[in-house]
Amino acid sequence: MAALDQTQVKEGVDQETVDAVREVGTYKYGWDTDIEMEYAPKGVNPDIVRLISEKNEEPEWMTEWRLSAFDRWTKMEEPTWAMVHYPPIDFQDQYYYARPKSMEEKPKSLDEVDPKLLATYEKLGIPLKEQMILAGVEGAEDMPAEGRKVAVDAVFDSVSVGTTFKDELAKHGVIFCSISEAIKDHPELVKKYLGTVVPVSDNYYATLNSAVFSDGSFVYIPPGVRCPMELSTYFRINAENTGQFERTLIIADKGSYVSYLEGCTAPQRDTAQLHAAVVEIIVEEDAEVKYSTVQNWFPGDENGKGGIYNFVTKRADCRGDRSKVMWTQVETGSAVTWKYPSCILRGNESQGEFYSIAITNNYQQADTGTKMVHLGKNTKSRIVSKGISAGKAQNTYRGLVSMHPKAKDSRNYTQCDSLLIGDKCGAHTVPYIEVKNNSSRVEHEATTSKVDDDQLFYCRQRGMDEEEAVALVVNGFCKDVLQALPMEFAMEAQQLVAISLEGSVG
Amino acid sequence: MALPQAKQTATEERLASLTMPDAGCTRAAREDALARVLEMGLPGRRDEYWKYTRPDTLISPEAPHAALFLSDEETLFGEIDRLKIVFIDGVFSAEESDDLELEGVNIDRIEDICCKDIHWAKELYGVLEARGQSPVQRPLAALNTAFAGDGVAIHVTGKPSKPISLIYRHASETSDAMLHHIVRVESGAEVTILENGPAASRFNKCMEIDIADNGTLHHVRAQGRDHERRAMTHMFTRLGAVSTYKSFTLTANGVLTRNEQVIELTGDDAVAHVAGACVGDGDFHHDDTVFITHDAVNCESRQVFKKVLRNGATGVFQGKILVKAGAQKTDGYQISQSLLLDDDSQFLAKPELEIYADDVACSHGSTSGAIDETALFYLRSRGVPHKDATNMLTLAFLAEAVDEIEDSALAEEIVTRLEGWLARRS
Repeated sequence: MAALDQTQVKEGVDQETVDAVREVGTYKYGWDTDIEMEYAPKGVNPDIVRLISEKNEEPEWMTEWRLSAFDRWTKMEEPTWAMVHYPPIDFQDQYYYARPKSMEEKPKSLDEVDPKLLATYEKLGIPLKEQMILAGVEGAEDMPAEGRKVAVDAVFDSVSVGTTFKDELAKHGVIFCSISEAIKDHPELVKKYLGTVVPVSDNYYATLNSAVFSDGSFVYIPPGVRCPMELSTYFRINAENTGQFERTLIIADKGSYVSYLEGCTAPQRDTAQLHAAVVEIIVEEDAEVKYSTVQNWFPGDENGKGGIYNFVTKRADCRGDRSKVMWTQVETGSAVTWKYPSCILRGNESQGEFYSIAITNNYQQADTGTKMVHLGKNTKSRIVSKGISAGKAQNTYRGLVSMHPKAKDSRNYTQCDSLLIGDKCGAHTVPYIEVKNNSSRVEHEATTSKVDDDQLFYCRQRGMDEEEAVALVVNGFCKDVLQALPMEFAMEAQQLVAISLEGSVG
Repeated sequence: MALPQAKQTATEERLASLTMPDAGCTRAAREDALARVLEMGLPGRRDEYWKYTRPDTLISPEAPHAALFLSDEETLFGEIDRLKIVFIDGVFSAEESDDLELEGVNIDRIEDICCKDIHWAKELYGVLEARGQSPVQRPLAALNTAFAGDGVAIHVTGKPSKPISLIYRHASETSDAMLHHIVRVESGAEVTILENGPAASRFNKCMEIDIADNGTLHHVRAQGRDHERRAMTHMFTRLGAVSTYKSFTLTANGVLTRNEQVIELTGDDAVAHVAGACVGDGDFHHDDTVFITHDAVNCESRQVFKKVLRNGATGVFQGKILVKAGAQKTDGYQISQSLLLDDDSQFLAKPELEIYADDVACSHGSTSGAIDETALFYLRSRGVPHKDATNMLTLAFLAEAVDEIEDSALAEEIVTRLEGWLARRS
């Protein structure tokens, strides 16, 4: 939008048209749900940590784990190395726990579900059948699901409001539930794996998350099981001045397979909101995990007001031989993004892949990338990152490829391309490459360019307007990554790419 | 902001071992530089810009011992007609040097110009170094500006008939030398500057180069082969419109070398090429750190760095292209490659792009790996012995960097050196 504001209204174009175009680019999910909420007092301290633990009815060991994390967090400093700038965050001036009052007790039937919650899911475009299940209605699982099944765990502010297809998944031995339930029902698994990929004191935001995480998803795929449907979590921040701290733990046991999708949105507000999540993935021998994200948090308005600060730690540990993990992300939202989904390739012949599209417009800032740490022999990794910057946005790719001395015969290929639309934005590349043996091959390529005039001209000549043409060229630029997404997401992502850039061409 | 205690102590200890020369007209610039050092502190292990190179031995109060390297080979550039300026352990030697008179250029010792009231050098000494302190701090360059004991001011007004050759001899095994040169290339002038030799046990060299519109400077350097020497060099270059700067560096041996190139393209249509070939064996750490700022329209920059490493040698490359807003039509290219001849060696790279203009074409590439088995097999199947085939492929790998030298006679000298290095190791 910003670019549009700068542009003088050209002859023959009336103000109305300009306004109409501006309208189109507004954030689709910016509305909020007026629902009665229950909050913990503002701020963070050991009492709040205990309170969150208590609300989730957690055992003593979990409370202790959180408290020790909080203790470490107070001794840590906020990282400043990323190429993002934002006013200092007052960690005491926000809520760390908020849940709809109606969720105090789980609703038994559709009539009991708060209609406002229902309306929220409807508006977010989640099909009715799923919506019934999402709102926590028991029995809805028996209805025949149409088309492809996707099990959903929906997190609303600090709590998970429901998980679908739980019983059907249980038949295959798959555990898919909220992490608060997992702590209660499967403590042995949580105890064994939680914090083993992202240690408690990994970084400032991960440590804070360890102390105050309120909910999130838990997935366990038993040995040899190919998860019969895609699993997904939908995160919605609704309450004002509330931070969302969710924790996801995915365990793919030997020879299993799962594809996991994650989506997120938030209402449009003037003040920035904090989202600090941690995702841990454990991949055992011969197992494979696909993790796809479409991140569409509120990016702030066209003047850079409000928006989500998305400070996320995501990491997969390929522990077993021949294990495989694939991260795919489409980052279009958030005012500030600080996110590096990583792969620890510990097992021999393990593989890590990272496909990313990061689009920033207006005053958005994104510093995102990945880490590929090769420890095992014959490990392979591939990084494809596409950064698109428009308006006054700053977009940074930051990544690490590390080949340890013992990671013989390993291979990495990295390609990161940046596209600039307009002369007020920035695109940056900060890769770190560390090669400590000679049998491994590492290749890194990066380019930065603008939307090709010839391609634009070609599209325009065939009757497209400029915005359509840019969207088409950009979609072509992102093709490598879009292809890596599961089908449902690919369609959504393609449209998102177009919407995110609307108004960026003067 | 107060410095961390360890940094503060290290800086104080180093400064205590130095005395500022009584330097007349550069005095003010030196004092400003000292203030910068005190503010920044000397580099420490935890500094991001020193992530891959340990600065400890570059900032210690005493220079570590370094044995002299004796060779009966012919001196480098020996065949080339040049004007020699010799420094022994960082001190100018009038006896060994040629007469400094040459048409199209004025050469003075920094020490001598200090006595003159009006001299162009005053406008340059420490100026580009100070500009180069942002956005990344380079405290060792500021230290050099403050304490450099010697150096020359080269004023190029025409097209001198032969290259100016700076020769750095190493005589004492504990010498600690600091040289600061300044070069001004006037509009339309053109010069070639050669540098070679180990200089000292520990060498800190800073060169500030100001190239006016339409000026051209070629720079070819071969750093000394003394195995235990340490070197820290900075080249600060500012380019005017339609000017050209081309620099090539060969590094063979040396326990620690860090070469920083800080280049600012301030006039439209300027061209800057920097290249480096380094061959390292054993206790060898080589760091090329390049920072190129595009601040004008239609400029071209090119970085080509090749490293051949064996026996536990380490190669580092930190390169950055910064394109400022408005620097449209920039063409920026950067390639850093390493050839690891065995399993102990390592290559650490951080090739960065930071771009604020949309109509640009910038790219960088970085690769690392062993000799291509297929190519090796091809050569061997044609009857080339293994050793020769390896050397041939290694030279071919380095060729892209050497090709950046325009003068074929100079390029030949460099290739001969590389061949010698490989022959001694196979």
